[in-house]
This record gives sequence, structure tokens and C-alpha cells, in this order.
Amino acid sequence: MEIIQIVGIGFIVTILTLIIKEQTPLFAFIITIFAGIAIFLFLIGKLSSIIQVVEQLANASNVNMVFLQTVLKIIGIAYIAEFGAQIVRDAGQESVASKIELAGKVLILFMALPIITVIIETVIGLLPT
Amino acid sequence: MSVDINAIFQIAGIGIIVAMIHTVLKQMGKEDMAHWVTLIGFVVVLFMVIRLLDELLTEIKAIFLFQ
Repeated sequence: MEIIQIVGIGFIVTILTLIIKEQTPLFAFIITIFAGIAIFLFLIGKLSSIIQVVEQLANASNVNMVFLQTVLKIIGIAYIAEFGAQIVRDAGQESVASKIELAGKVLILFMALPIITVIIETVIGLLPT
Repeated sequence: MSVDINAIFQIAGIGIIVAMIHTVLKQMGKEDMAHWVTLIGFVVVLFMVIRLLDELLTEIKAIFLFQ
């Protein structure tokens, strides 16, 4: 029952943040960042075993590994961009957060370009000439 | 649990103590010293967070196949 531990961490962090925010807002902010990182590190072992299973499935069904790698990279970029944007948004800088999200979207589109090209070539190949 | 949750309590404790020292020094009339104490406390805590952030980004790179 690890979910209980994580909810407990969340409650404790919320209460500590509320206590400290009165005196030093900077430290409250740091505690929030720390809790976010800690919870993700807690989950990262499980995540890696999930991804290993997905890789095995892709190998078994002869999917081109380039596609799977691209998808994984896109998930990674999406997570990192979301994490950074949330932290910046917590600090009250809405405009910087939306710039980070924009950068994430553009980088994801750039990563997906080879796949989109392959799809379009396939569709063009299907068209009768 | 791979991450040390005690670090959260550590940061909270440092925050409270630094706030106390800040208030005391302010009462004594040493405003600039009070600001230095806050700044140094913040840097110490920031180092803890940055070390953990480095660990997180390394793990993400390893798992999501960034070369």
C-alpha cells in the first residue's frame, strides 16, 4: 500500500508549507519542489518496469524500435516540461510557465516529424495513381 | 523508499530556524546580518534540492532512452 505513504507525504508537505509560508515563503516553495521530486523518484522504479514490458511487447510484435524510442522520448519531454512549468507556475510566473509549455510542444512536434513523414508516405503509397 | 523523506522535515526545520534568527537579528537592529542569514540558509537548502533534481533528471534520461 504505497499509495498511503504517498498521500501521507502529500499531507505532511502541505501542512509544513502552510506553517512556513507565514515566515519564509522561499522555503515553503523549496519544500514543494522537493516533495514533487521525491514522489516522482518514488515512482520511477515501477515506471521503468512498465516500460521494460512495453519494450518486450514491441520486440515480440516486430514493431520498429525507432517508433517506440520516439514515443518514449516524447513522454519524457512531456513529463519534464510539465514538471518545470508547474514549478514555475507555483512561483507565480504564469508567462514563463506558458513559454516552457510552448517549448515542450514544439520539441515534441520536432521529435514526431519522422513518424508523421512515414504516415504521409504510407497514405500516398495507398493512393491509386 | 528510495528517497529520504527526512530531508523534507530537515528543510522545514531549517526554514523555521532561519526565520527565528532573522527575527532576532532584526530586533537587535542588525538588518543586513539578518538578510545574509536568510540568503545563506536558502543557498544551503537549494543545494539539497539541486542534488535531488540532478538525480531525478538522470533517472528520467536513463528510463526514457535519451542518449
